[in-house]
Amino acid sequence: MAVDLPDNVVVTRLDTLASWCRKNSLWPMPFATACCGIELMATGASRHDLARFGAEVFRFTPRQCDLMIVAGRVVMKMLPVLQRIWQQMHEPKWCISMGACCSSGGVFDTYAVVQGIDRFVPVDMYIPGCPPRPEQLIQAIIDLQDLITARETTMGTEAEIGRPEPPKRALLELPIISGQPSSSMRSAASGSGGHGDR
Amino acid sequence: MAIVDDVLQTLQQDGEVVDSSRFRGDLRIVIRPESLKRVARRMQTEWGFDVLIDVTCVDYLHYEGARDRFGLVYSFLSSEAMERLWLRVFLNEPELEVDSLVPLYESANWMEREVYDLFGIRFRGHPDLRRILLPEAFTDHPLRKDYPLQGRGERHHLPVVTRGES
Ligand code: SF4
Repeated sequence: MAVDLPDNVVVTRLDTLASWCRKNSLWPMPFATACCGIELMATGASRHDLARFGAEVFRFTPRQCDLMIVAGRVVMKMLPVLQRIWQQMHEPKWCISMGACCSSGGVFDTYAVVQGIDRFVPVDMYIPGCPPRPEQLIQAIIDLQDLITARETTMGTEAEIGRPEPPKRALLELPIISGQPSSSMRSAASGSGGHGDR
Repeated sequence: MAIVDDVLQTLQQDGEVVDSSRFRGDLRIVIRPESLKRVARRMQTEWGFDVLIDVTCVDYLHYEGARDRFGLVYSFLSSEAMERLWLRVFLNEPELEVDSLVPLYESANWMEREVYDLFGIRFRGHPDLRRILLPEAFTDHPLRKDYPLQGRGERHHLPVVTRGES
């Protein structure tokens, strides 16, 4: 049965709509315990401007957040705090592990430093670097947005495991810092480069 | 005569001094653990050392020429004369216990807790001798030289939160 739709009506899936809304209004919880936190702040500030990706509203209470960005070393005394904050956040929620220390312990292979928070809490996205540049954090948020589009459902099936991970975009060079985009950036931005291989 | 010289002379006459040395003008007096509280009280009342700046500890395990295992360091300041003096006490296992200075100096409270936490030295008469930096459940004293740098696996045995249950 063919239905004639007027031009101003769009048909979509509810899941897609919900994910679209969610991914463009991430509310980060800044769990900044060390030097990476400074880059996290820089990302939120006007130069890098996380607001362009809809994620500028940093809240310091877990109950208002849906994206935990763990930036810095986590020691074994801090870990219960981290887990508690994670548990206090509402579903749907995501976690970014920012920096070498947070993802693997980094150079701090000592008795008290947890060797990667993913041993104790779920992590959706890792950012390498010591510290990662704000562009890398922005890239991770873009990747997370892709992941939300590809994976999440309206009612939330986050707990479901065994679902294949969507392939991550290649790390694009974002033309933020350099004044003039180079020719390679322009080709990436025109769509034939980095975006194409998804 | 500076106050610290007077302290050294008087303590020597009273037979409290085990050893003493100077380094760049700073006087360090080694005393016996039993006499620590008595000497500290005299420092406070007789010579006016009204500030206890720091209490810390050194583990001399495998240290060249060292005779004792742990060396406690007490650094005092007389805020009136602006003179400083260091008292040292050496301890050996199994008697890792010394009198607490909290009744004399309030500032000793947290510093003694830190020494207890990281070296396992007990302070007799401390009002609240609990760990201060490490989690309560920690069983070791990590600044001892025989404690492995990467620990004994304490950091790996913590509860795990999964997606399903959070
Ligand atoms: S990864 Fe580097 S910048 Fe980040 S917390 Fe560790 S040491 Fe600091």
